[in-house]
Amino acid sequence: MSRPDVFSGPSRLLHWLMVVLILTMLFVGVFMASGAGPHYHMLVSFHRPLGIAILLLAIVRLINRRFNPPPALPADLPRVMSLVAKASHWALYVLMITLPLVGWAMLSAGGYPIPLWGQSLLLPPILPHDATVWGWLRLTHTVLAFGLFGLIMAHAGAALFHFLIRGDRVMQSMTGMPSDPAE
Amino acid sequence: MPQKLPHSSGRVLRWLGVASLPCLLAAGFAVSGGWLSPHRVTQNTLIAALQGVDGKHPGFRRNHAKGVCVTGWFEGNGTASALSTSSFLEARRVPVIGRFALAGGMPYQGDAPGKVRSLGLSLRGADGQEWRMGINDIPVFPVRTPEEFQALQLAVRPNPATGKPDPAQVQAFRAAHPWLASAGAALAKRPITSGFENDTYRSLDSFLLQDAKGHVTAVRYAMVPEETDVTIPALSGENALFERLANAIAAHPLRWTLVFTVAGPGDVIDDPSREWSGQDRQIEGGILTIDRIESEETGSCTGITYDPLILPPGVSASGDPVLQARSAAYMRSFAERSREPRPVPAVTPATLETKSQDKAS
Ligand code: HEM
Ligand code: HEM
Ligand code: HEM
Repeated sequence: MSRPDVFSGPSRLLHWLMVVLILTMLFVGVFMASGAGPHYHMLVSFHRPLGIAILLLAIVRLINRRFNPPPALPADLPRVMSLVAKASHWALYVLMITLPLVGWAMLSAGGYPIPLWGQSLLLPPILPHDATVWGWLRLTHTVLAFGLFGLIMAHAGAALFHFLIRGDRVMQSMTGMPSDPAE
Repeated sequence: MPQKLPHSSGRVLRWLGVASLPCLLAAGFAVSGGWLSPHRVTQNTLIAALQGVDGKHPGFRRNHAKGVCVTGWFEGNGTASALSTSSFLEARRVPVIGRFALAGGMPYQGDAPGKVRSLGLSLRGADGQEWRMGINDIPVFPVRTPEEFQALQLAVRPNPATGKPDPAQVQAFRAAHPWLASAGAALAKRPITSGFENDTYRSLDSFLLQDAKGHVTAVRYAMVPEETDVTIPALSGENALFERLANAIAAHPLRWTLVFTVAGPGDVIDDPSREWSGQDRQIEGGILTIDRIESEETGSCTGITYDPLILPPGVSASGDPVLQARSAAYMRSFAERSREPRPVPAVTPATLETKSQDKAS
């Protein structure tokens, strides 16, 4: 069975769209949580719906993955590397889903109303009001967000490692460049 | 097959290429997170500045640390519905979880009459909407911005040798902020009532009301007590004000009127340190009734932060920068104290119990 050597169109679209969204979220997140400036409330109000959008897109992406499986990794990739690659991709998926869920759950436990859009549309709480749970989930949100960021740094470095050092086609599989017709 | 590269210098360049993107991301993250701007005023620096004055008291609010929980209800009268679509201002009743407190970070401070008193309120709509208020019994706020708030805390921080603020520091703060002199004067001559129960609590910060046509009105608001002459005898002791409040509530429910003051032409909206003209139009929005008091140990106000930017549709923040910093700092204080072991507050269930027994006997 020959698998195509690039990710499907929808997979690539979702990947690069989510790169922009997730990086925006991480930068906005650390900026707002380390400031008390004039845009604080506006940024938090933007952070919530964007986070929920990422949660939904991550689910769409996993469904899409069932129908458009990823291309195989290069056959000559050392076993450890391909294991690390697979594990890190799953970790990315897990974080894309748990991070927004933790954000939503922590505000629920904190007894905060959770406006999704404007002031009128509220998200329902997904946990009962419990301040201790809020306190620990708020910390968890930070730890997971920093973990996601670290993983993304490694992931971006790995993509460039494939491109610049190994010279294989892993990067092209996500940018969508088809194989050399000569090959 | 991976191609072997001919020159080692090319290889170094390629490895630099690999490292470039992660480094760029890390640099962007560090800039956003403020790690390269140590002078940024943040949640943490604001809280550190408060703790520098009153010390750190785990499990307690980082400011307004000594307090009691109360409950009751708010009933709008429909009058302010002309200015705002908020359902809380319509003629209907909603439950309220509140908290009376003394300003400052010391949870066991004695109830000095001159201490700033406060009222936190969460008006709870049936649809999950809430209107939270954190209001103080002073006419204006001493500062205009979060930066000034932090600078003031640093200036009044007690000198380790004397245990008192260094007058030179306070003087230097005043001299550097001449525009705060009028607020200082208003605060110095504020009237002080005999207790929490007959005090007026003010929003200080301004808010915007939106009506159904989208028209916006800038307001400040206050909770004005129904009775100003209270016949409850004065008490003495560390918790005198709180015990007196408990006695007053035990005698009968206490009521306050929500009064909006509409900004007039000369009023500065986005600066809580500036008094308004005194000629402004006032509108009564409804009545707050408080009929139960409970210790923080068991009451439901402990699991709440009175973030002034938790607002219902029809009410929104003004451009006042202090509101933004409050929202950020209250969340941080709320998260930190919620992770710490629950402490025993100054006003315990036992304190309140003895008071109601005194009354019954
Ligand atoms: C993929 C999704 C998300 C990412 C990448 C993300 C990332 C972040 C980051 C990096 C921070 C700053 C942490 C710190 O420095 O302490 C943060 C804070 C926060 N996030 Fe998220 N978040 C996501 C989803 C959500 C969602 C869905 C919600 C709510 C519904 C939410 C609510 C918050 C809140 C309330 C804060 C705290 C702000 C403060 O402390 O001032 N987040 N987030
Ligand atoms: C910053 C620049 C980024 C680059 C250059 C990049 C590049 C790539 C490349 C080349 C692949 C294909 C790997 C393979 O076939 O094994 C890939 C896969 C993947 N990327 Fe990224 N990526 C970036 C950012 C992100 C971000 C921010 C996320 C989300 C948190 C992400 C999540 C994923 C996931 C989950 C896969 C695996 C797809 C699958 O197998 O279903 N990437 N990326
Ligand atoms: C930049 C300025 C300010 C800072 C940094 C600040 C900080 C804080 C903090 C950290 C808390 C504890 C929150 C919690 O743990 O739940 C608090 C409580 C409170 N603040 Fe402020 N505050 C500021 C301005 C104001 C102003 C202008 C007002 C009044 C109009 C105010 C009224 C209150 C009240 C009433 C509470 C206590 C609420 C309760 O009983 O729980 N604060 N403040």
